[in-house]
Amino acid sequence: MTNLTDLTITDMQAGLAAREFSARELTDAHLDAMAAARRLNAFTVETPEIARAAADAADAALAAGTAGQLAGIPLGIKDLFCTKGVETTAASRILKGFVPPYESTVSAKLLDAGAVMLGKLNLDEFAMGSSNETSAAGRVISPWKARGSDAELVPGGSSGGSAAAVAARLVAGATGTDTGGSIRQPAAFTGITGIKPTYGRCSRWGIIAFASSLDQAGPMARTVTDCATMLEVMCGHDPKDTTSLDLPVPNFAAALSADLRGRTIGVPREYRTDGLDETIATLWDQGLSWLKQAGANIVEVSLPHTRYALPAYYIIAPAEASSNLARYDGVRYGQRVAPEGGSLNDLYEATRAAGFGREVKRRIMIGTYVLSAGYYDAYYTQAQKVRTLIAQDFAQAFETCDLLLTPTAPSPAFAFGAKADPLAMYLNDVFTVPSSLAGLPAMSVPAGLSADGRPLGLQLIGRPLDEQGVLNAGLALERAAGFTARPAMGWLDTL
Amino acid sequence: MAVDAATVRKIARLARLGLAEDEVAPLAAELSAILGFVEQLSEVDTNGVPPMAAVSPKLHVWRADVVNDGGVREAVLANAPDARAGFFAVPKVIE
Repeated sequence: MTNLTDLTITDMQAGLAAREFSARELTDAHLDAMAAARRLNAFTVETPEIARAAADAADAALAAGTAGQLAGIPLGIKDLFCTKGVETTAASRILKGFVPPYESTVSAKLLDAGAVMLGKLNLDEFAMGSSNETSAAGRVISPWKARGSDAELVPGGSSGGSAAAVAARLVAGATGTDTGGSIRQPAAFTGITGIKPTYGRCSRWGIIAFASSLDQAGPMARTVTDCATMLEVMCGHDPKDTTSLDLPVPNFAAALSADLRGRTIGVPREYRTDGLDETIATLWDQGLSWLKQAGANIVEVSLPHTRYALPAYYIIAPAEASSNLARYDGVRYGQRVAPEGGSLNDLYEATRAAGFGREVKRRIMIGTYVLSAGYYDAYYTQAQKVRTLIAQDFAQAFETCDLLLTPTAPSPAFAFGAKADPLAMYLNDVFTVPSSLAGLPAMSVPAGLSADGRPLGLQLIGRPLDEQGVLNAGLALERAAGFTARPAMGWLDTL
Repeated sequence: MAVDAATVRKIARLARLGLAEDEVAPLAAELSAILGFVEQLSEVDTNGVPPMAAVSPKLHVWRADVVNDGGVREAVLANAPDARAGFFAVPKVIE
């Protein structure tokens, strides 16, 4: 029998329907893979009992003909999604021991469709980071290595556990969340696909908040079709999230088409920065010619405010984070540090000092600063005005094109500690942040390898609500690129 | 904008974030660098540009003003570090 952990979700669905294997066999194979790859630290919590019970339920439903769309499909859930009865910490000490009494809307939709949750996936603390080095649960290690090097690589972030688990074949797919690139950049770093839908497509209810005007859930998987299949289940209106869009969810997977005739792809000239890695620039050109071969026209477009996206983001996201994270006060949930004989304020300060890591503290401080009296207009209001201009840039570009193609990240995965300076780390999000600020659907598709064998991704950005257009162009890229490289995991056995 | 130690302490106080003395100087340097970076926004002409209020313009929805949840006190208190007699417990507050 083929290795069950190598199958795509599409293959698993076919195999389960044809009774070639059972959901239980599929789950057990993945649980074994998960146990063998613990060194990657991709999971914060493993839930094998829940997984086996869900797999057995899926087998029963398959036999009875009542199976949901994702019956028996082994998934991981990013530990930013609240899961009923399963510890959820956002990889922060401050939430250690927090067991949600409810299930997030998105994870509930996946479980209701029959998906099997194998565990909770590690991330940067409160999703703040681009390398998974800020997790209180320890860093996630990418299954990939550069050729000829033993250095461990970051999986990207913040959805680094999700990316590593999908790339290492521990799960067939995973949930991610994306605030400024947290689905797309780790997908690119680990050679998998991931899509952030339009802001409002997925309910944010039950997802631990980082920056509420930017946060969106999305799927991460090994093929564009698998992402489409998961996205369809994850999307949909939720009265419990007032920013959730009350629109019908298209059948993304069924409508997939790699025929791009009549479509126009825009190339934003401001993304071709002076220092752009040569291999990435070449891959970008290759991507454009692949899309052309699929029938698309290519035009150059301008997004004049691109260089202001990162500074605007690093005002808006910390501002919202400082407000959202005010709830961690040591009173209602999570950890409490109460100095002997201290006041309530002492309790707040000691709890938050002990509970938050350095990057989270940094962002709370920046956010508090830019929102404080006397600075609010100069920083926060100005950033929100620039955000309007950035959204207008995209709207203008979409008058002459249907989609944009760009690199996902300015570099392949780097080694741990390579970006110790916070600003150097922030610059890694240069290509993903602008579309986040504009709330647009955007996807990373693995398209090639660097000279030393590290995965590289290309990003497609679409008009609001045009996930289908993004997925279709993604499918065309995927077929043309024929990305079959996978991490050589032999090094795990030698440790 | 150079952030000094006094400003770091003031902001930390506003954020209810206790700081060890040896955290102040590094934070001052990091915040200065980050604020220096974001300050380039001031060169953008935003006259007449409205600040973005919502990513996707949508009609505000109303719901019926009815109780749709409740009776879950035990579940609400289950994660509290200190819950007593059906309440969250905190140190004594005397104004």
